[in-house]
Amino acid sequence: METLLAQTQRLQAPEIDYLAVSPILVVLGAACLSVLVEAFLPKTQRWAAQVVLTLLTIVVAGTALGFYAAADDTPDQGKVTLAGTIAVDQPVIFLWATLLVLGFGAVLLIADRSVEPGGAFVADAAIRPGTVQDRAQAGRFGMQTEVFPLTLFALGGMMVFVAANDLLTMFIALEVLSLPLYLMCGLARRRRLLSQEAAVKYFLLGAFASAFFLYGVALLYGFAGSVKLADIATATAGTDRSDTLLYAGFGLLVVGLLFKASVGPFHAWTPDVYQGSPTPITAFMAACTKVAAFGGILRVLFVAFEKSSWEWNGVLWGVAIASMVIGAVLGLTQTDVKRMIAYSSVAHAGFLLIGSITLTSEGLSGTMFYLMAYGFTTIAAFGVVSLVRNADGEATHLSQWAGLAKRSPITAAVFTFLLLALAGIPLTSGFIGKFVVFAAALQSGMAPLVVIALVASAVAAFFYLRVIVLMYFSEPAPDGPTVSVPGAFTTVAITMGAAITLVLGVWPAFALDWAGAGGFIF
Amino acid sequence: MSWTLIALLLLPLAGGVVVAFLRGNDRLAKAVALAVSLVELVIAVFAWTGYDPSSDERLQLTSSADWIPAFGVRLSFGVDGIALVMIALIAFLVPVVIGGSWADKLPEGRSAGGFFALLLVMETGMVGVFAATDVFLFYVFFEAVLVPMYFLIGRFGGPNRQYAAMKFFLYSLLGGLIMLASVIGVYVAAADKLGAGTFDWATLVTVTRDLPLSTQIWLFLGFFAAFAIKAPLVPLHTWLPDAGAEAPVGAGVLLVGVLDKIGTFGFLRYCLPMFPLASQELAPLILVLAVAGILYGSLLAVGQSDLKRFVAYTSIAHFGFIALGIFAFSSQAGAGAVLYMVNHGISTGMLFLVVGMVMARGGSRLIEDYGGMAKLTPVLGGMFFVAGLSSLALPGTNSFVSEFLVLVGSYPNQPVYTILAALGMVLAALYILWLYQRVFQGPVRGTALVGATGGPGAVVDPERAGLRDLNKRELAVLAPLVALILVLGFYPKPVLDVITPSVGATLSEVGVADPVTQEGK
Repeated sequence: METLLAQTQRLQAPEIDYLAVSPILVVLGAACLSVLVEAFLPKTQRWAAQVVLTLLTIVVAGTALGFYAAADDTPDQGKVTLAGTIAVDQPVIFLWATLLVLGFGAVLLIADRSVEPGGAFVADAAIRPGTVQDRAQAGRFGMQTEVFPLTLFALGGMMVFVAANDLLTMFIALEVLSLPLYLMCGLARRRRLLSQEAAVKYFLLGAFASAFFLYGVALLYGFAGSVKLADIATATAGTDRSDTLLYAGFGLLVVGLLFKASVGPFHAWTPDVYQGSPTPITAFMAACTKVAAFGGILRVLFVAFEKSSWEWNGVLWGVAIASMVIGAVLGLTQTDVKRMIAYSSVAHAGFLLIGSITLTSEGLSGTMFYLMAYGFTTIAAFGVVSLVRNADGEATHLSQWAGLAKRSPITAAVFTFLLLALAGIPLTSGFIGKFVVFAAALQSGMAPLVVIALVASAVAAFFYLRVIVLMYFSEPAPDGPTVSVPGAFTTVAITMGAAITLVLGVWPAFALDWAGAGGFIF
Repeated sequence: MSWTLIALLLLPLAGGVVVAFLRGNDRLAKAVALAVSLVELVIAVFAWTGYDPSSDERLQLTSSADWIPAFGVRLSFGVDGIALVMIALIAFLVPVVIGGSWADKLPEGRSAGGFFALLLVMETGMVGVFAATDVFLFYVFFEAVLVPMYFLIGRFGGPNRQYAAMKFFLYSLLGGLIMLASVIGVYVAAADKLGAGTFDWATLVTVTRDLPLSTQIWLFLGFFAAFAIKAPLVPLHTWLPDAGAEAPVGAGVLLVGVLDKIGTFGFLRYCLPMFPLASQELAPLILVLAVAGILYGSLLAVGQSDLKRFVAYTSIAHFGFIALGIFAFSSQAGAGAVLYMVNHGISTGMLFLVVGMVMARGGSRLIEDYGGMAKLTPVLGGMFFVAGLSSLALPGTNSFVSEFLVLVGSYPNQPVYTILAALGMVLAALYILWLYQRVFQGPVRGTALVGATGGPGAVVDPERAGLRDLNKRELAVLAPLVALILVLGFYPKPVLDVITPSVGATLSEVGVADPVTQEGK
């Protein structure tokens, strides 16, 4: 007991660089505040207060990040703080900025109440689906405004996740970002059963993935005697430690990460969850979770396992190929727009994984650029999906999109542009993203992988084109869906996504330079 | 810094955007489109006069600006003689096509403004492909030009247009993506050697030609895949009959007249100079494909029952000649091949337009629905005959010069392939003359002309008998084509003067001994 006390006295609080971590503090602090708003404001005022609070939070966090990046005493490569658990280096600045802007767009979609009167979220989540009360709630105007604090918590978790320099911090961040997402998936106003199914599925599989991750952390602790990425890196650099622990730990850890990034063959949840979730949440998941998960993968691979890359390279080659093939081939058979984009995201995850396993600075910057490009395209694409509706809500079946160009030329044109970006046609960000990732891969001698990726891109192009064919070349069905006139929020979100997709395609120099500004520090 | 090419690039794009906003007013949209394309033609003439064939500068009218410094990508434009004649061909064909499509019946609900806007946007893309001297930029244009063509076929094409548009796009995209692997590969090779990556074509040539043969072969095959699909070489040709048959006539002219030339142009600009060793190594393979294309395309053209597919198959045969001329590695055959690229654009373009005029009158694409049409529309018949003769390379027409040059130039290096290719000329006479006979000669017959009940010798359907011959607009569209067919048939020197030095420079980079002395040309 005395020794314990003595130890406690010697324990010192770690140094905290408040400016460096201020974006996280702002987001998580505002999330707590947002819970209080939920508790104390009357129901009628909550929506407005939450929207203002959430958007303001993101802007303030972004400003704080800008101050940090521009501050004189910030070294070029960034800082490590909180006793080495959080690194705010150049990649993190890039990823945080991407996450915040993407989060801003997603919050705009979440906040929209004009496309679906009252918003895309259920008025009272406790009502059983299919009952009289459920049908009544679908017509009511209110929504569960808890979705705003949940979004902020998830966003905060994502930000910590990409910055975490030790595996335990990473695990906690993973839970902070995942748990709100599980809940948000189940909040759709319409098709409650599908939505709840998505939530349960995501939760169950996600819990397994977290368990895998944690088990991996435990084994790696056994291997390296530490959960810090830097210590693991040192330990892998040729010692007589147990290789079994390393391989098993790495494998389990990576499975957890790949699950979150919806890389095939760990993608099984993706189509169901994307389809069942409220579309704004799908947009948030598809864009932000992807950025966060790959941010984490990049850091783990680059920092902790670079020296053991010979051991795992082949496995991740296989995973990348599997992901591209699964995404491209199964995407062909989809008849639902949201499921189609889900499989497309699996294929894109394969491309991103190629960039991640290059372990070169070109690969790092290429992957991060790709993440940014993909995120904005996806947000805008789901924004458009939320506009095409019939009496039962969103009309996501592909056959319902026939002849959309005739009814609503602008919506069809924007969606076509976004699909071309996903297919990687030049003058869109998707092309530049593919180019930088494949160039990095070829430089690291991964020519076969690049060829497979290009063939997979060609296959995937088929299902994007099919939607364009439907929208432009087919006659509209007589009882087809209408395109809602988007409210200001959704318009801004879609415009932002589409504009950035165009800018990154035509003038990518700035973003490429930024993505290549520096590497990880630890 | 020359602004001519930049003007050539920006004008149609701006015009296309303007026309797209004139969708409510079809007449105005057409007038603006025509005006823009004519101004473009004037600028192209200006570019032609600004080009000095005798200069040592390989690329002229150059301009360059930074685009993506991180990868050494620049917005660089410039032309050699080969690119210049292709740009001139584009600038000539687009107003012709606009005139030819003036009164097209579009599918229901489609506006003429949209059609002409897409044509103009495509013109920018096509000029860009030939004018880009940065390989990355070339790739961007190569892919970007697919999009307007895809919409032209898919929105304005025939009954099976969705399938055709999709097939066209996927074939080209697949080829393009395989090429992208090589584009990146070339970039990586340059980065390894020079320390900093670049996409500048002239710089890349100096790097890639010294690569070992095995590397060259892989990179060559990447480019070749894209170009062989574009140019269609058998067996990668199957998209062209579908796309050509379903495309609206105007878009079809540009498809076979210009877009497919991107492939043969690519052989000359990228495959040969950048990978000389691989070009020599793989030339036999390509020659086999070329000759196969000539014979196979000709035979299938003989057997066609559909007028537009017929034109598409004749093109496949012609592309065989062009590929033969390029990979025979002699300056005569090379110059002939480039001249063939121009002539094919003119004669096949005219054939396509005339076929479109036949179909506009008869309302059917099937050959068997026509017969004895020359009795009803003699001038149209005559025009078809002129286009046909040019297509089968009758002496006195433009195609004769180029086909002759290709065969004469190829013979010393490749006698066997040349003799086989010459058989294609016989088949060409067969498919053209037989088609002319079936559609235009004999008594008036066929359901398209005499109605469903009519057999041979039946009384001509009085309503159908009112089939008008060519009107003034159609004559005005065809007249410049006929003029060029004859002028280039008798006096091809101005074009050959521009082409020959560039072809000579290209072949000297391959480093094969030229069997023909440079004198006498």
